[in-house]
Amino acid sequence: MSGGRRVLVVEDEPSILLSLEFLLKTAGCEVLVARDGAEALRATAAARPDLIVLDIMLPLVDGFEVCRRIREDERLAGTRILMLTARGRREADRGMAAGADAYLAKPFATRELLQAVAALLGAPRAGQ
Amino acid sequence: MLTAPVIVAASFAYVGLLFAIAYYGDKRADAGRSVIANPYIYALSLAVYCTAWTFYGSVGRAATGGIGFLPIYLGPTLMAALWWYVLLKIIRISKENRITSIADFIASRYGKSQLLGGLVTVIAILGIVPYIALQLKAISTSFSIILKYPDVVMPDKQAVPPFLGDNTFYIAMLLAAFTILFGTRHLDATERHEGLVAAVAFESLVKLLAFIAVGLFVTFGMYGGFADIFGRAAEVPQLNALITVGGESGNYVTWASLTFLSMCAILFLPRQFQVAVVENVDERHLNKAIWLFPLYLFAINIFVLPIALGGLMHFAPGSVDADTFVLTLPMAQGQAWLALFAFIGGLSAATGMVIVETIALSTMACNDLVMPALLRMRWLRLNERSDLSGLLLGIRRGAIVVILMLGYVYFYVAGEAYALVSIGLISFSLVAQFAPAIIGGIFWKGGTRLGTICGLAAGFLVWTYTLLLPSFAKSGWLPIVFLSEGLFGIDLLKPQQLFGLTGLDDVTHCLFWSMLANIGCYAGISLLQRPGAAEHSQATLFVDAFKHGAAGAGSRFWRGSASVADLLGLLGRFLGPERAQEAFAAYARGQGLKSPSQLTADAALVHYAESLLAGAIGSASARAMVASVVDEEPLGIDEVMHIIDEASQVLAYSRQLEQKSRELESATAELMSANRRLQELDRLKDDFISTVTHELRTPLTSIRAFSEILNDNPELDAGQRAKFLGIVIKESERLTRLINQVLDLARIESGNAEWHPGVVDMREVIDDAVAAVAHLFQDKGIPLAVDAPAPVPPVVADRDRLMQVMLNLLSNAAKFCDRPDGRVRVALSREADALRVDVADNGIGISPAEQEVIFEKFRQGGDTLTQKPKGSGLGLAISRQIICHFGGRLWVTSEPGRGSTFSFTIPLRPEAGAVQAGLRDDVLHAAPQP
Repeated sequence: MSGGRRVLVVEDEPSILLSLEFLLKTAGCEVLVARDGAEALRATAAARPDLIVLDIMLPLVDGFEVCRRIREDERLAGTRILMLTARGRREADRGMAAGADAYLAKPFATRELLQAVAALLGAPRAGQ
Repeated sequence: MLTAPVIVAASFAYVGLLFAIAYYGDKRADAGRSVIANPYIYALSLAVYCTAWTFYGSVGRAATGGIGFLPIYLGPTLMAALWWYVLLKIIRISKENRITSIADFIASRYGKSQLLGGLVTVIAILGIVPYIALQLKAISTSFSIILKYPDVVMPDKQAVPPFLGDNTFYIAMLLAAFTILFGTRHLDATERHEGLVAAVAFESLVKLLAFIAVGLFVTFGMYGGFADIFGRAAEVPQLNALITVGGESGNYVTWASLTFLSMCAILFLPRQFQVAVVENVDERHLNKAIWLFPLYLFAINIFVLPIALGGLMHFAPGSVDADTFVLTLPMAQGQAWLALFAFIGGLSAATGMVIVETIALSTMACNDLVMPALLRMRWLRLNERSDLSGLLLGIRRGAIVVILMLGYVYFYVAGEAYALVSIGLISFSLVAQFAPAIIGGIFWKGGTRLGTICGLAAGFLVWTYTLLLPSFAKSGWLPIVFLSEGLFGIDLLKPQQLFGLTGLDDVTHCLFWSMLANIGCYAGISLLQRPGAAEHSQATLFVDAFKHGAAGAGSRFWRGSASVADLLGLLGRFLGPERAQEAFAAYARGQGLKSPSQLTADAALVHYAESLLAGAIGSASARAMVASVVDEEPLGIDEVMHIIDEASQVLAYSRQLEQKSRELESATAELMSANRRLQELDRLKDDFISTVTHELRTPLTSIRAFSEILNDNPELDAGQRAKFLGIVIKESERLTRLINQVLDLARIESGNAEWHPGVVDMREVIDDAVAAVAHLFQDKGIPLAVDAPAPVPPVVADRDRLMQVMLNLLSNAAKFCDRPDGRVRVALSREADALRVDVADNGIGISPAEQEVIFEKFRQGGDTLTQKPKGSGLGLAISRQIICHFGGRLWVTSEPGRGSTFSFTIPLRPEAGAVQAGLRDDVLHAAPQP
């Protein structure tokens, strides 16, 4: 279902990044990686991924800011954003307010992650 | 050339000049630009103390008694030193209570007693009128001497000038006119007589200059200076005795009693009270007067001995009265103008005294003698007269004329009698009788009216018997046997050897007995009595004059009812309706009211009216007058005590309230700051939990993800499985470490950590730590050097904890020294009272902003912005806690790009309490003794 779609994984923790990369590749996605917010914005602009899996605690530019900037860019209107939170409910709410489409709390179950990714890639963003 | 017309013209010209000065002074005062509002004028006006008795008499005394004349001037000089304690208080009290004279002062102090005021007035008039007569005699004598110029002829003591026919009478009348003109301009006796004071100050200057001029002439014109005069006098045996201490003049008892008398005189002579207290413009003038006045006394006494010796050597013995040397020496030398100047100087000394003394006495006579008497004579119907202010002024003016006439009559009758010549000291002795009542009155609350009356009366009677009557006897007015055989021939009653007391001179003898009687009655009767209500309230006002709030206390002790119209009417009768209206309007304005009609006749207004009235008719009469129009409820002593108690209780309560309110404010501030601190702590705790959660979730996320991947993907190749399993293990270790550190920090912070203090060799700890991390440094290729000197003293600490700190610092150094030429150096050194360890690297360094931040929990420095930090972010926080626990300090110095040095100290002698937990005595005793 998620096959052939381009996914950008933004995560500064190498182990988590590695696990996400493995999971999404196994699911058949084309996976790009970024280790901080600035790199994420550059990669988004250059590769225009269909989905961004976005950590919040990032060096340089944090996840909320990355989310807001992507939402401000009309050309990226179709890009879906799945946020990964580690600090609880309040952080999740802030993420949704910043324009994320869905969120997952760490530590997540791999199955839930793949379901969320599939759901976001399957359904086009509202208004498209 | 010194003919009678010239001398008379000069005298009248001089008095005319006084009129001009006084007139100018009053004009300036009316225009609001006072000429006397400066301390120099004040000090000069105090010199009214120096009368003709000083100007002529000092030389006379010196000619017979040598330096025996000095105590009269030493006393005031000594007293000046006490002015700050005594005179200042008297001035303050007098201003606050509108006191007009010394009689008023004593009467007011002892319950506003009319009887006491009258007694003091009578005593003062009896003592002072002869003194005025003495001044008139000085004028008369000097006038008749200078008229004979150039011959030096003593006036014929037997020749009697026609009554009212000599010039002295006209001088007296001229002085009366002057005093009436400038001394009774205002009805309110507490108002200053500025023109008069200016004139008196001018007179002080004239007499000083005249005396010094004569002194200079005698010393340097007739002789070759001080040394010459004293040298020549020393060759004459009689004169040598005069200038030798311990001779005739060296009776120490006499010296002491004269000094005491003059100390009293400078304060209590009516004229001194007038210029020093009533005419005082500003209390601060005392500051300068304290040294200016003694300086004046010094200046006017420098030439006394030279003139006396010069006169004694110049004139044949007995040919010229020594009292006239000041005048006759210039005459004998043909110095016409100097003689005239000396005459004017003597005139000024006499007139200054007469003017001020007359004013003071007339105020007393009017307020404390005549008015109370008139007001008692109901048939005069004075109470029904609408305006008494004219009558008051008339009485005062009449009193001036009467007093001067009395002075003149006494002068005329007494003539050369002993009773006049020796009146100076007799007068001083009488004035000294006021001392117990006044000094006791301002420092002791216990003095009572009856005690004072008895004391004064006793002192006065003893004075009369031991000093005044003997002087009459010596004048031939009483049988002289009274002196030699005592009253009724009783030996013990000999006036000058009373009860067999011999060996004292007559003044000292009188002083001893009169003071004994006076003080004995005053203190004795006062102690036996309980002061009445009015006495008690006045005592409080006087004794506590310097205490804050005493000024307004007068109205507290009054209870009753009155009407504003009655009070206004009463004031109008004595002050004139216009002034009374003005005064009430001013009072109303002070209360913030628009017109006097809004005033209510409360205690404060009654007190105000009474004090206004006191200025005009004296406090005792004012008291009686106010009592006649208001319906007073008598206050018992218990009620007065109650009021005082209440007032002091209210004061105490208000102080307590203020104190409580301050305490409350500070408690509120503390609470607010505690609340802020709590909120801050709460926020920190939330942050901490949130951060810990995040830090725990991160490794957990990897562990869960890879566990599930391994579980869900059995087809993975062996290499990948191994790699993923390695990650799971590594992250599990990280999680364990993190949990341990969080718990560790929490335990340390809450004080629940276990410590195992012991004697630790720091060098050994460093070596062990270095060995433990050697592998890590080798892997990274970073050289690690240790620089430790010869053995250092051991410290008391927990070895494992110190190891923990060392490992943390070393692993940090390795982490942040990630460069090819990186190196780390550990140094151990000894400071004054501590060991110091430095761990220095040449890595990326820490910016100044971050140098404190890195010691906080979960705050990491260095590359957090570009790279994932390594470590939990708790290591330095824990290390700092550990070092602090041992009483040391952990800090960093760093320059970004050039490396950082982390340093800590461990004290050699742990401070008490720094190492509390688990440190046993034996460990402490095993601690090193450097």
